[in-house]
Amino acid sequence: MGQINSYFNKYTDSSPLVIFRIGFGLLMSLSIIRFWSKGWIESLYLEPDFHFSYYGFEWVQPLGNYTYLLFIICFISSFFITIGYRYKWSVLFFFLSFTYIELMDKTTYLNHYYFISILSFLLFFIPANAAFSFDSSKNLKSYKKIPLWSIDSIKILITIVYLYAGISKINSDWLFQAMPLKIWLQSKYDLPIIGNNIMQENWFHYLMSWGGLIYDLSIPFLLMIKKTRFFAFIMVVFFHLFTVILFPIGMFPYIMILSSLIFFDSNIHNKILNQIKKLLAWIKSSKKLINVEIKEKLIVKKQKLTLYILSIFFAIQIVFPFRYLIYPGELFWNEEGYRFSWRVMLIEKKGYTNFKIKNTVDGSSFYIKNEKFLTPFQEKQMSFQPDFILEYAHYLGDYYSKKNKTNIEVYADSFVALNGRQSQRFIDPNIDLYLQKESINHKKWILPLNDEIKGF
Amino acid sequence: MLKKLPLLLIFTFWVSACNNSDSDNLDLNFDRSALLINWADNIIIPAYNSFKDNLIELQSSSNEFKNNINENNLELLREKWIKAYKSWQHIEMFNIGKAEEIYYASKMNVYPADIIRINSNIESGNYDFNNANNNSAQGFPTLDYLLYFKESDGTQVIDKFLSTEGDKHMSYLINVVNQMVINTEIVVNDWPTYRDTFVKSTENTATSSVNKLTNDFIFYYEKGLRANKIGIPAGIFSAAPITENVEAYYNQNISKILILEAIDAVHNFFLGKAFNSNSKGDSFKTIIETLTNNTESNLGNIIDNKLSDAKTKINDLNENFVTQIESDNTTFLRTYDAIQEVVVLLKVDMLQVLNINVDYADADGD
Repeated sequence: MGQINSYFNKYTDSSPLVIFRIGFGLLMSLSIIRFWSKGWIESLYLEPDFHFSYYGFEWVQPLGNYTYLLFIICFISSFFITIGYRYKWSVLFFFLSFTYIELMDKTTYLNHYYFISILSFLLFFIPANAAFSFDSSKNLKSYKKIPLWSIDSIKILITIVYLYAGISKINSDWLFQAMPLKIWLQSKYDLPIIGNNIMQENWFHYLMSWGGLIYDLSIPFLLMIKKTRFFAFIMVVFFHLFTVILFPIGMFPYIMILSSLIFFDSNIHNKILNQIKKLLAWIKSSKKLINVEIKEKLIVKKQKLTLYILSIFFAIQIVFPFRYLIYPGELFWNEEGYRFSWRVMLIEKKGYTNFKIKNTVDGSSFYIKNEKFLTPFQEKQMSFQPDFILEYAHYLGDYYSKKNKTNIEVYADSFVALNGRQSQRFIDPNIDLYLQKESINHKKWILPLNDEIKGF
Repeated sequence: MLKKLPLLLIFTFWVSACNNSDSDNLDLNFDRSALLINWADNIIIPAYNSFKDNLIELQSSSNEFKNNINENNLELLREKWIKAYKSWQHIEMFNIGKAEEIYYASKMNVYPADIIRINSNIESGNYDFNNANNNSAQGFPTLDYLLYFKESDGTQVIDKFLSTEGDKHMSYLINVVNQMVINTEIVVNDWPTYRDTFVKSTENTATSSVNKLTNDFIFYYEKGLRANKIGIPAGIFSAAPITENVEAYYNQNISKILILEAIDAVHNFFLGKAFNSNSKGDSFKTIIETLTNNTESNLGNIIDNKLSDAKTKINDLNENFVTQIESDNTTFLRTYDAIQEVVVLLKVDMLQVLNINVDYADADGD
């Protein structure tokens, strides 16, 4: 107990955290600008008539033209995070607006969006504005030292992400079929120099699969150990830039590269900070930012409460990805407990799902055309994910029972292929989905995969 | 040991990257430019040329008929129409290049024909075939209507061309045919120059020839063949069958002949079979075989067989689809199911192997 207490009273240089704050804010600002300029606010949130919601978050919907306001709030708060202005409020607003955006439609679910959401939640409890921030210049106090646990908690989160991503790769498809990397790498035949040769080689597919697994499982520890740190960082940069070449992966690689900087000790961060200060010295008004009283230690108010909250937070992070164990059947097929678990790039799934609307009264039926209700992106995601199929079936059921003023049933004609296997029927075609309710329970109407994938 | 592994990784990567100059592993990688060359030179261009020849024959028969309005010339014109319509089935799927640019297929074969529009066009003599509203008032379905529609009062087709309004009818017929020739020449004459761009565009992007034509092919099979020729008239997408939506509704006797041509065209394209001969080149089938090392599933053969099955089912149907639907729609629906099975194989299994997106949703991935 005494050891634990003394750990929580340890202090460390604040500069790595400050650099992390600046980098995080900058990357988030850039992400928002990129997202907006690509027209995704319109195509993903404003144009579709219907949005796929997370269970329990059906009330989170796009806000029409106010959706832009949401993005503006998100942008301004990330900018304020960068400069450390009213940091607590900024980070809170960032967390709320960003999370709201992600909850609006699960079609766009990405693990790295989830990572940013929970990271910003974590940042709310961490004094990343301790130094070199508008807050510190306003209060005329800058802190050289911050509690060790605050930096460590970010490291723990990053470690969880890598470790869980690694563990989830321990399965027979990944290790012994090199799937789905084989499919994806082969399709990169148009890359210059390497596309036509090693991208097509069987050994290369296995090398990438096994290499990726070893990378995920070892990199957090290689970053922690001082001797291997620099080498590990090179690996991080190499690995993530390689994924940039291969996959449409957005900002994620840059976020992970930035995050790994926090493992370095303060010398490097102080050097970077000094460079930034030199640059800013040209601007007169920034003098105030630099010439503040340097205090030794930042004491976190209500540290005990904060630590309790973070303990619960990490306990959830550690347990939640294993919730899939409660569900019967193949995780990659049923996707029950798949999201929010750092399962990245594990499955190549293609589906083809059509819906039959049956008039209960006269027995007549017809098929609907998905493009009438869904964008191509939504249709693609809906076609192989059971919770999407159910939610959409209910939407269709409501739509047609209202339109035709009669009782109807909704059936799915659904076929899915997973990781290079031949397609097979996915949903029991004799089940009226309109009668099935969404819940956290197992969906019995998913037909089982005719194969077994061993492992985590 | 653990810290040496990544080093080893980089090293292997580096060695292999240096090693690739002696690439005797060509068979590992599918040569997409050979695929495109086979498609262009042995299938698309010959099919287009043959169609164009048939259409020119149709045009001269229509002029013949204009000069000598008699039953004999009408019959000859009808024969040429059927011949051209059959060869059209071989090119409708190639919605690429100029064909895509001028909405060629939409101007040639949108059915059912819009008879109200056609008659008002005939009446006014004032219409623009490039107006999208006239898509269903031109092309093969409109000729079907003009050449076969019998009034309920017993007026024969030929009478309409001989009546006081005959000139207006005739000029519409001639203009529809001429417009088909004009559009066809735009598309066909462009291919000799377009061909080189086409065969070079091998990359895996939304705009490359391989990916676009793959999407065209699947789209045609799903929409043009499965839905238009069988699904919609069978009532798959509506509460009841819609017989007037069969292809060549006014002729009534060639719907089956046309879909048989179409499924042959699809099948041959899948197998890479040349238009004018039995020789086979690179195709979807060979690309699947290369990418899957020709193992386990043998998807190429499965699709090949399922296409044959679908054709057998079509062969069992009545020549007249209206009769078929009215007397025994269940058999018609079973044919639909057989065709549908291939849609799943193409859209899910084949696209998984090729890893081509059907939609090109612009968004980040994980």
